[in-house]
Amino acid sequence: MIKIEAIVRPEKVNQVTAALLDVGCGGFHYQNVTGQGRQQGVEVFTGRGGQTATRAAMPKTIITTVVQDDQQATVVEAIIAAAKTGDEGAIGDGKIFISSVSDAIRVRTNESGEDVL
Amino acid sequence: MDSGNMAWMLTASALVLFMTPGLAFFYGGLVRAKNIVNTIMLSFIAMGVVSIVWVLWGYSLAFGPGGSFIGNFDHFALNGIAADDGETLIFVVFQMMFAIITPALITGAFAERFKFSTYMIFLVLWVTLVYAPVCHWVWAADGWLFERGALDFAGGTVVHINAGIAAVAAAWLVGKRRNIDRGVEPHSVPFVVLGAGMLWFGWFGFNAGSGLAANALAANAFLVTNVAAASAAVSWTIIAQIKTGKFSAVGAASGAVAGLVAITPASGFVDVVGALAIGIGAGAICYGAVLIRAKVSLDDALEVFPVHGIGGIWGALATGIFAVEAIGGTAGLLEGNGAQMTEQFIAVIATLIYSFIVSVIILKVLDVIPGLGLRVSEKDEDAGLDISLHGERGYVHDGAD
Repeated sequence: MIKIEAIVRPEKVNQVTAALLDVGCGGFHYQNVTGQGRQQGVEVFTGRGGQTATRAAMPKTIITTVVQDDQQATVVEAIIAAAKTGDEGAIGDGKIFISSVSDAIRVRTNESGEDVL
Repeated sequence: MDSGNMAWMLTASALVLFMTPGLAFFYGGLVRAKNIVNTIMLSFIAMGVVSIVWVLWGYSLAFGPGGSFIGNFDHFALNGIAADDGETLIFVVFQMMFAIITPALITGAFAERFKFSTYMIFLVLWVTLVYAPVCHWVWAADGWLFERGALDFAGGTVVHINAGIAAVAAAWLVGKRRNIDRGVEPHSVPFVVLGAGMLWFGWFGFNAGSGLAANALAANAFLVTNVAAASAAVSWTIIAQIKTGKFSAVGAASGAVAGLVAITPASGFVDVVGALAIGIGAGAICYGAVLIRAKVSLDDALEVFPVHGIGGIWGALATGIFAVEAIGGTAGLLEGNGAQMTEQFIAVIATLIYSFIVSVIILKVLDVIPGLGLRVSEKDEDAGLDISLHGERGYVHDGAD
């Protein structure tokens, strides 16, 4: 099993989740987060005389799903297609992190393994 | 007082009271999220404490007979005011609302670090020892500034310069906030604008009620109040846009408040042209004052002196410049009455000196009394005053109930 965590632009969340359902993801969750990457933070006013500071507070949404090993390529491709800005993409479109998951257990029945996804 | 005037003064009094919760939101939006409950409470509790002080002895000291400096205790607990004397009763009420908002204005200077128990005692002492005397000087029939002929229609000296300079004393004595090196971002710009809107709305009672009648003078005060607020909001916004490249909503809100402050003493004496000049000037001058304040080490957290102190001084002097004899019965500098400027200067200087010195004394005394002190502990300040002093959070996000 593979865990896919995609950090995307908040305004892309509905397109990405729709794409996940289209390629057969059994479930996912997402959180609104703030932080910064190569896009850098955001400049905000901190005083009424126009003083500013840069905050590591770029808004992003992190979408997490766990899929079967053979779904990885399809799901990643679907996320990239949905999350990219235009055809070329733009700085700030986000990143995808992939890791392996040792087991999954359904709370209701105690079943485990890929079948519960 | 006829029923028309009485109806307007009842309404105007309620409008002025509404400014204090407006101020609570204006200040509350400017602080960090961990201090909004405390910041709002500093204003809200003034509605409680000062109302009590006012009916017990505040009104009597401010408007009772006594001398040119301060009244006396003849009207303690409104003693001697007849139940059917509506004209005096509504005056007590209207003036009570001014006494409430004035110390609440000061709280912006020591926001995010002041000890709440000390603050409640500060309210009692400051209204008694600073507000009541200055109010007496300017507005009581035997007050020395009133007798000299200083013009202050609705409280430029009594309310704004008075609070503005006390704010300097408070910010100085309580010291800088911890952990502000990277700046403090206003945590809720919508609250700042909401609060400024409530202040603008309530200010119609403040200024158009200060003639104590529903007449042409009140209509003029209402008109020039709106014109000055509008022109200061626009001038601050444009100047700040030129400097920063952004149209700041906090800037527009601050500009509106600066314009309202500046027109306050002038609203019964100037016409629309004067109001435009006062408003545009207030936006520019107060914005400049904020820039200078940022360069000094005084942590007047929410810019009380740059907006209320400097805005109030500009308004007091501008009243002497732009006063029109046909409106308030007194000519200003532009109509050839240069002597009026002298009276305006004296009122400004006297208020600045007296309020600063007595505010410093009050705060110094509160600082050394065992169990009081001005400032919360470092731990409480870091955790935020909402949790550490009030046991409440402004925003509950976890929903884990």
